[in-house]
Amino acid sequence: MHPIIKLVAQRLTLGILLLFAASVLIFAGTIMLPGDVAQQILGQGATPVSLANLREELGLNTPPVTRYFNWLGGVLQGDLGTALTNGRDIAESISGRLKNTIFLAFWAAAISVPLAIFLGLLAVRYKDRWPDKTISAVTLTTISIPEFMIGYILVYWLAIKFRWFPSVAIINDSMSLLEKLNAIALPVMVLTLVVLAHMMRMTRAAILNVMQSAYIETAELKGLPMLTVIRKHAFPNAVAPIVNVVMINMAYLVVGVVVVEVVFAYPGMGQYLVDHVTKRDVPVVQACGLIFAAVYIGLNLIADIVSIVTNPRLRHPK
Amino acid sequence: MSEPLLKVRGLKIGATIYPPGEKSRDIEIVHGVDFDLEAGKVLGLIGESGAGKSTIGLAAMAYGRGGVELTGGEVWVNGRDVLQSNMPDKRKLRGAEVTYVSQSAAASFNPAKRIMEQVTEAAISQGKFSRKQAEERAVALFEKLGLPDPENIGSRYPHQVSGGQLQRCMTALALCPQPDLVVFDEPTTALDVTTQIDVLVAIKNAIRDTGVAALYITHDLAVVAQVSDHIMVLQQGAMVEYGTTDQIINNPVEEYTRALVSVRSIKHIEKEPVGMPILKVEGVTARYKGTNFDVLKNINVEIHPGQTLAVVGESGSGKSTLARVITGLLPPTAGEITFDGRTLTRELATRPLDDLREFQMIYQMADTAMNPRQTVGTIIGRPLEFYFGLKGKAKQERIQQLLDEIELGEGFQDRYPAELSGGQKQRVCIARALAAKPKLIICDEVTSALDPLVADGILKLLLRLQKVEDVAYLFITHDLATVKAIADSIAVMFQGKVVRYGPKSQVLAPPFDDYTDLLLSSVPEMRIGWLEETIANRKMESAGN
Repeated sequence: MHPIIKLVAQRLTLGILLLFAASVLIFAGTIMLPGDVAQQILGQGATPVSLANLREELGLNTPPVTRYFNWLGGVLQGDLGTALTNGRDIAESISGRLKNTIFLAFWAAAISVPLAIFLGLLAVRYKDRWPDKTISAVTLTTISIPEFMIGYILVYWLAIKFRWFPSVAIINDSMSLLEKLNAIALPVMVLTLVVLAHMMRMTRAAILNVMQSAYIETAELKGLPMLTVIRKHAFPNAVAPIVNVVMINMAYLVVGVVVVEVVFAYPGMGQYLVDHVTKRDVPVVQACGLIFAAVYIGLNLIADIVSIVTNPRLRHPK
Repeated sequence: MSEPLLKVRGLKIGATIYPPGEKSRDIEIVHGVDFDLEAGKVLGLIGESGAGKSTIGLAAMAYGRGGVELTGGEVWVNGRDVLQSNMPDKRKLRGAEVTYVSQSAAASFNPAKRIMEQVTEAAISQGKFSRKQAEERAVALFEKLGLPDPENIGSRYPHQVSGGQLQRCMTALALCPQPDLVVFDEPTTALDVTTQIDVLVAIKNAIRDTGVAALYITHDLAVVAQVSDHIMVLQQGAMVEYGTTDQIINNPVEEYTRALVSVRSIKHIEKEPVGMPILKVEGVTARYKGTNFDVLKNINVEIHPGQTLAVVGESGSGKSTLARVITGLLPPTAGEITFDGRTLTRELATRPLDDLREFQMIYQMADTAMNPRQTVGTIIGRPLEFYFGLKGKAKQERIQQLLDEIELGEGFQDRYPAELSGGQKQRVCIARALAAKPKLIICDEVTSALDPLVADGILKLLLRLQKVEDVAYLFITHDLATVKAIADSIAVMFQGKVVRYGPKSQVLAPPFDDYTDLLLSSVPEMRIGWLEETIANRKMESAGN
């Protein structure tokens, strides 16, 4: 068998195992959470009998292992359960939220990834000169400021002072794409500023590392212009570390947007999760946790596979 | 008279150095060099490392490697002073008029791109040929350079061809744009001696057939004598002597040149084996974990006290693995090793301290074999404490005694490895090995990384120490000249087997087996015409192809 297929298959198997391990951790974690859902639903005035009845009804009295396998069985069939607090199907509620979160993450990634790589290349081309220093200074500043702070600063200037974009990012299905993009402009900007520095710095470091190689000198001695040398000879050999950091940041865009969603009242996964954590709605928290874990593992898996596939020694064995 | 192709006048090259713990300062590494090169001629630049050979070669492309700066003088190529050119004009020069072949093709090819793309890149991007023309040229060059399957080798990736083949691809890369001048920078130094000769022939024929001029940079005078019309000898950034190849080889004027020509002329008369062997290797077979072939196959050799066994062979022949098995780093799968009459345990961890003390090792790269943050005194003192428990004044005295033995003075105790030259570092490693008072020292390619004159000094020192200390050497090398200089007996290794073994006088005397003949005949000799004669008389193709 081709070694690439074998390696990729190995990674995929590992990814699936990891996802199962994550599901165990999530389930165990939610069981260990303090508080009682029945109490939360019925309020302080509930009688012991009604509490016991509700617990029975919710299946809270069966042993945790049985509950885990019941839950896992459901998940494998696409059934994430029903929310305890409002009795709605979780899969249905989440799908809309997830779509919104991915919509936001997609546009943030579509802008930040190419921009970060371009700025990284530019920083290498003008290493230690003013463009490099400016790019580093600006991106490091934006990563150092807490994201809610950037959010409020942008709201103050761009939404209130200049009135270019709305301060609240509410979207619904009846809006056209352009209207939606206008609505999410500010959160996209915040997210871009947050993830830019990390990816830009890694691109710069990875390419500078490759630039030390003898084959870069060969390319220079062919009389190629500097940008061609970087683009054609350095970049292909720096892809693996860059893809790695890009994927980690993409995962952050999906999973870590909680704060930004709250600042802009954006109807995404983050807000949904925060709402239900406060209500002790365990099935929803479990479902969100599992989806976040799947996104993380999936994106890192892609990064792994890309670095395997871009390695010429693995792609073209002797 | 017409203008020469390359005219260098008063070339000065500088660099900024950053010595540890001191302020950075500017130094001059080439101090005003002049020479001319006519179209179609080959000039050999020869000298030791640090003589400025590569730096001068790259100056012909108006290029300074790393922090090197071309600070003064003129470099005229095709009637233009390229040092005064602007960047776009320099780029038109590089890869079109002047091209470069580096020492390590393996590092100089981009691992992520196919060979053909890299070979034709300069010719296409400089607008000299269309893609189709360039590829046709490349295939023709692959064929001329004796590469197998010239039609298809270009579609391979660099890691898919051997080192010798890649070095020829690099030559094709340099010749593809039809340049006027090629700078060859030690193109065969990293190759095995039997591969070197083939690449040398390929380069020589390619130069002759294409009529290109060349600067041929090397530290090996015997190699440059085969390809050059003229030779320039450099020492520490200045010219020592310039002349025709015939004059430099046969009638050198300057003392330094004479030293280079007569290098490797140590005479060592082999000693008769006396008494019991100190080390006996019997039927040793070994393989590395996770592999399914033996790297050593039934090895039988022995060394007598105070004598030298040289183990010769190409890279991958199993020489260094033999050392690993003897020291216990790699337990053999079969066979026995006897030292001083007692059988050694197979693994390092189970050997008593005294057995460990009895063998010491000296490595090829003295640089990486020493802790850069320890002083010479600490490095030599460590085995004294470890094996003999020496402390204080007794230790100091012994360190000094050892430094005297390796011909380094008192001031060296407090120096750090970075402050020593290559030869001095290797001497410190020898002192460290001697400190343990071993009966056997395993020398793994100890002179390979050194310049010829420095290597000679190390060999003389080792021979003298052998007399004084009565220590035996297992001397691993790929260099037959070194073997002739130092060995009492010789084992020739090929693909994990000892193919020839015995006293030096027997091993080096005919009739030869095919491999030993190939190995011996491949060592460049310092006379003009050696290359052609040797190729005409060969019995066996070299293994690197």
